[in-house]
Amino acid sequence: MTVAAPSASSARTRRARPPATGPGTGRAQGPSFWMATPALALFGLFAVVPLVGVLVLSFMTWDGLGDPVWAGADNWGRTLTDPVTLNAMRLTAIVTVVSWLFQAPVSLLLGVFMAGRQRYRAVLSVLYFLPLLFSAAAVAIAYRALLDPNFGLGAALGIPLLAQDWIGNPDLALWVVLFVIGWCFVPFHSLLYQGGVRQIPVSLYEAALLDGAGRVQQFFHITLPQLKYTIITSSTLMIVGSLTYFDLIFVLTGGGPGNATRILPLDMYLTGFRSYDMGGASVIAVILVVVGLGVSLALNRLSGANRMESQMEGV
Amino acid sequence: MPARVARAARPVPNVAGGLAGWLWLAVIIVPIYYIVVTSLRPQNDYYSENSLSWPSHPTLDAYREVLANDFLRYFGNSVFVTVVSVAAILTVSLMAAYVVVRSRRRAASRLFQVILLGIAIPIQATIVPVYYLIIQLGLYDTLWALVLPSIAFAIPLSVLILTNFLRDVPAELFESMKVDGAGEWRTLWSLALPLTRPAVVTVGVYNALQVWNGFLFPLVLTQSAETRVLPLSLWAFQGEFSLNVPAVLAAVVLSVLPILAAYVIGRRQLVSGLTAGFGK
Repeated sequence: MTVAAPSASSARTRRARPPATGPGTGRAQGPSFWMATPALALFGLFAVVPLVGVLVLSFMTWDGLGDPVWAGADNWGRTLTDPVTLNAMRLTAIVTVVSWLFQAPVSLLLGVFMAGRQRYRAVLSVLYFLPLLFSAAAVAIAYRALLDPNFGLGAALGIPLLAQDWIGNPDLALWVVLFVIGWCFVPFHSLLYQGGVRQIPVSLYEAALLDGAGRVQQFFHITLPQLKYTIITSSTLMIVGSLTYFDLIFVLTGGGPGNATRILPLDMYLTGFRSYDMGGASVIAVILVVVGLGVSLALNRLSGANRMESQMEGV
Repeated sequence: MPARVARAARPVPNVAGGLAGWLWLAVIIVPIYYIVVTSLRPQNDYYSENSLSWPSHPTLDAYREVLANDFLRYFGNSVFVTVVSVAAILTVSLMAAYVVVRSRRRAASRLFQVILLGIAIPIQATIVPVYYLIIQLGLYDTLWALVLPSIAFAIPLSVLILTNFLRDVPAELFESMKVDGAGEWRTLWSLALPLTRPAVVTVGVYNALQVWNGFLFPLVLTQSAETRVLPLSLWAFQGEFSLNVPAVLAAVVLSVLPILAAYVIGRRQLVSGLTAGFGK
């Protein structure tokens, strides 16, 4: 860089240069690395160290109060055969798949709808956004009241079908959780799709219209293929997100009734901070990290070399 | 333009789409409407009136009850944690992004790769070691216990977005600052910051919402009422006022009001902030 710079500045640069302490120092290398150290230190201490720590703790016994003690593979053997945790894995798989099946098509169609230039659609889009303003705790509290069999929605509308004990019935609670997750997250994903649809060149639709393609044909032959990368990004976020749904379910059902909605993140919290088995909780955490990382990388590979990254670069 | 003519000639309204759109609106609005009307209903009428009807005796009693129960302290705690975290996130992330973009060292690109990995990991899974760390640092049950991990967890996405934005600043601008004899700090504050303001706002809004609504850190890392933040206070209210549903929902409304105000004022920034880094 110094070579390319005008001679007047190179003199100044040379003067400003600190005494060389080895290769890699000096202006030619750009800003000094220590400008990045606050970010590195914070990220290292509170994210990287815990990431390593969770693996270490999965081999230790700790009740959350005293000092952790080495335990070998005990936690792993115990946790991987614990019926509660195995059930949590099954529920997590169900929640991941079903919530994707529900959210992905709804978000995509809503995104296409919101991308339309009609005035009423713009107004509706403003209102569709509202769930994103609420904290998960707030949403869960509101739905607990709304789904009350005696004083909630069912009673208000006089529809007995709706006046069920939604949250207290183990057969229904998981469906309630899936619906409320959708209520919270579909608005976010539909925004992604809205942005994706607006990126599609108008000329494609104009050409299709000239060829006499109808609305449905346009959707399947232009919109859907053009949204490929948005679908992959959104699906990755949905699937990895399924591994982090915690606060919503914690406040809505607490994992109950029984263990009917105790998915893995909740199982991790309850094992660690309610049963004081931090070692077991760390085992579950390691599983969550590995599965999350695996899904992200697999979907990233599926979408072609680092497509998600390069899509992010367009921000 | 024949294509435009063809389009204008076929103004067939999409009836099915429109109907579905209004149906989804009902799904979104009914719960929100329910929260608002219930929060205005006197506690006694909650059990007798139709829960979706407009209250026959609307009252702000529920709000008074919530405000009388230390709500303002929890609100203040949330403001403190959010403001300090977001200010720190923006400062350290912008500095790191500046290094990633401007440094020619190989370590800088390696740093960027590590940070990208941080986005793919469900990082909440590290809550047990974070809890251990916070206890060891003597920060348990303080607001700093919420601030520090919130900053750390926000760094990957924030650095990514700011880096992508800084890359678009022409290198000549940086060079000419250097010609003028400006140091790296001056270049950062008087060139990089103003030019990336839209991205800084976006990152700020996104993280403010995340921290404001965060639940797991407060639940695990704080304990007493002195350090309680809003989302946790809603949960606590639900336990305390289990028979006073209007008061619980009034607390919900109060907790959303600041964000709603932000949405009304800066809808565009909030929308782009929320889809930050994922959409285009």
